[in-house]
Amino acid sequence: MFYRLSGVYHTRYSATRQLWPIPADRWQIGAVAVLALAAPLYMSDLYLSSYLLPWLIFSAATLALTLLMGLAGQLHFGFGAVMAIGAYTSIHLARAGVPFELALLAAGLMAALIGCLFGAAALRVKGLYLVMATLAMQFLVDWVIVNVNAISGGAVATLQTPQVSYLFVPVASLTARYYLALLWAAIVTLLVLNIKRTSFGRALVAVRDKDFAAAVIGVNIFKYKLLAFFTSSFLGGVTGSILAFCFYQAVTPSQFNFDVTIQLVAMALVGGLGSVIGGFLGAGFVLLAPIVLLNLIARMTDAGWLNVSTTLMAHIPLMLYGAMIIGFLLFEPLGLAKIYDNARKYFLVWPFRHTQS
Amino acid sequence: MSYFIELLINGALTGLMYSMVALGIVLIYKSSGVLNFAQGAMVMIGGYAVWLLAETGLPITLAIMLALLVMFAFGLLAERVLLRTMVGQPIIMIVMLTLGLDIFLRALGPGLLGTEPKHLDIGIGMAPLILGDVLTNRTYAVGGVIALVLIALALLFFRTRLGTKLRAVSDDHVSSWSVGISVERAVAISWGLAGLCAVAAGTMWGAVQGVDWSLTALLFPAVAVVILGGVDSILGALVAGLAVGILGSVIPGYVDSLVGGSTRDVVTSVVILLTILIRPYGMFGREDIERI
Repeated sequence: MFYRLSGVYHTRYSATRQLWPIPADRWQIGAVAVLALAAPLYMSDLYLSSYLLPWLIFSAATLALTLLMGLAGQLHFGFGAVMAIGAYTSIHLARAGVPFELALLAAGLMAALIGCLFGAAALRVKGLYLVMATLAMQFLVDWVIVNVNAISGGAVATLQTPQVSYLFVPVASLTARYYLALLWAAIVTLLVLNIKRTSFGRALVAVRDKDFAAAVIGVNIFKYKLLAFFTSSFLGGVTGSILAFCFYQAVTPSQFNFDVTIQLVAMALVGGLGSVIGGFLGAGFVLLAPIVLLNLIARMTDAGWLNVSTTLMAHIPLMLYGAMIIGFLLFEPLGLAKIYDNARKYFLVWPFRHTQS
Repeated sequence: MSYFIELLINGALTGLMYSMVALGIVLIYKSSGVLNFAQGAMVMIGGYAVWLLAETGLPITLAIMLALLVMFAFGLLAERVLLRTMVGQPIIMIVMLTLGLDIFLRALGPGLLGTEPKHLDIGIGMAPLILGDVLTNRTYAVGGVIALVLIALALLFFRTRLGTKLRAVSDDHVSSWSVGISVERAVAISWGLAGLCAVAAGTMWGAVQGVDWSLTALLFPAVAVVILGGVDSILGALVAGLAVGILGSVIPGYVDSLVGGSTRDVVTSVVILLTILIRPYGMFGREDIERI
């Protein structure tokens, strides 16, 4: 098989410390990159705009969340609110005429600031109580956005995104929006991959595994927890504004409500907490699996094999989604990343069952 | 002044009805350390069960009795199928599992039975109850009394032999095993009891606002009650229920007209946030000491 580890001998430490030490992985990444770059050429607009684009953006959001929940172990049930802060900040700045690049940066900073504020408030507690505190944050931010007319323009109002350009390219056509989302997803991916192998990442992992123990060996847990909240909220804020500008092209409060938060947590969990490839797989699975299954059921009812009433049909996506979360937690708690990893490990040592090391 | 007293009394009664939902969460947390985010959905399913049984022509009391049985069985089943495999998993897994159950049930109930609110007539009547110059809802009053009875029963239950076992399990699973208590059975029973609470809450809230998916939204105030009172305290559920109910009625009563509505959720969020900031284990909860 092309994947074989046998025959790959690293003779320098720098070679083993590469992002992708095995050539097959590099080939794979290259192939995926080419496919992603060429997507507007071979994909129809419908698939590009309603499947690939949201997948990329939600993958970036999931990666930001998995940085906080998977690497640093800080449970966050208010990530929708973080993204909302970013989206609203950038849209108001862009409307005021601030260049989009700066608006994105400001969106990230604003989200990071408010996210840190809540993070700092929640730093005394962990586990279940942290879930509750961030949950309360979600509801508070939602309420402020809905009820302060200067922000949202009212509960049911929709703010259209203004015409902006990124690096002198107008973000209007589908292709431009797709490439911006792709660029952002690539940046977040590389960032999270690299954070995992820095001292920062290792400190986060120490805090996750046992924060008191980490403090004993000299990790400043307050600093690193706060930094984790800051980084993740920054990425979340920018992702929120990319979601608003590239995908929805409008902002309403309901795009970032509690259901979205749960969806993001589900993506991170289904993909596998703390895993980068899991972020992509989880986001894709949670977004696309209900659609695919629903289409399947619709086909079956059309063929007369099943008899499903319309009310039930309307509720099936939600049911599948709930069942999917339960199923993954029961049968593969480590998520899709683990399934991928098992397959990869099998091929890595292929003619043999195990490696010696 | 009478407006204030009316808000106070109605808030207190609503709060008692919140306690009924919160009691289910407390019962489960006390025995297994799992915060059940699906309690709101279980309340909804409890309401649907009573409605379905009453639709078949059974008298309402019999329907409620049968629903109690059904939901007790549902609780046992949920523990056996879902929670038992999750023992020892990180907290996020268990939180998401109960949230997944919540989402599933929230879609299943209305999907099978239709989305329109089901009217549940439990024979209390819609005539308002007038105490002096205070106007209140008869169903709320009955619900409040039932909540008090349930909480008293729960307090008494933890004095019985079985209740003592459950308390032991809540202290430490491994040492309970070592003295011959079946932890699995204790946890299953606590889920069954939470199912019973869900029927009570589902019936009363269903009588107030009809049975539909909006009953699952009771989870949020119930969680605030549980956090404020302490997740493992039954008395806390009562006191905090009153507090959350009163705050959630009096503050919106005066502030809603100024800011344009729905401050109740804000009050609930602020209660959660302040409790966690000031006293994370709640008013009556037990403070956990963590060792490395």
